[in-house]
Amino acid sequence: MILVGILILLIGAGLLCSVRGVLGPTAPDRVVAFDAITSLIVAVLVILGVVYEASFYIDVALVYAMLSFLGTLAIAKYLEGRRVGD
Amino acid sequence: MIELIAYLFLGVGGACALIGAMGILRFPDVYNRLHANTVVVVGGVIMTLFGVSILYGLSMYSLKALLIALFLFITNPVGAHAIARAAHKSGVKLWPRSVVDKLEEEEKQ
Repeated sequence: MILVGILILLIGAGLLCSVRGVLGPTAPDRVVAFDAITSLIVAVLVILGVVYEASFYIDVALVYAMLSFLGTLAIAKYLEGRRVGD
Repeated sequence: MIELIAYLFLGVGGACALIGAMGILRFPDVYNRLHANTVVVVGGVIMTLFGVSILYGLSMYSLKALLIALFLFITNPVGAHAIARAAHKSGVKLWPRSVVDKLEEEEKQ
């Protein structure tokens, strides 16, 4: 029961971050919100694995953490060559 | 006793995630929001993973949770640095009440 409460807290935090992702005036703001959301999804997957007592959720979380890091680096590298108005 | 410590970690993690998300929503510019992003990842997600691994004791699940925590702990500063550098290079303005910008002073010389 406590775990479901933690799950609701984490999902609420993800929703707040997604509001910033929609509003964010510049592209780096959206990347920051996206990075936070992906990290929160990793925690949500790990807790879901505890709640459902299924061990494959944590493998998905491991791969998801690595892919989100690669995505953040790729977007940052892409943004580096552009001015803000483009 | 062990379960109490684990639930303490989980509660601190959830609270830090919510506070950091409010920071991402409310802070004025992208460099301040990166600070709140670190609160979400290190305070929220890594605390939660520690709590889960304490709850499970010594098993494969908790080892994988600790591995994810270590990976996030290493990669989050790298990602934050890359985003801040890209934002500064692409000309995102600082908040008008910011005090100092050493990188711009360095590039002007």
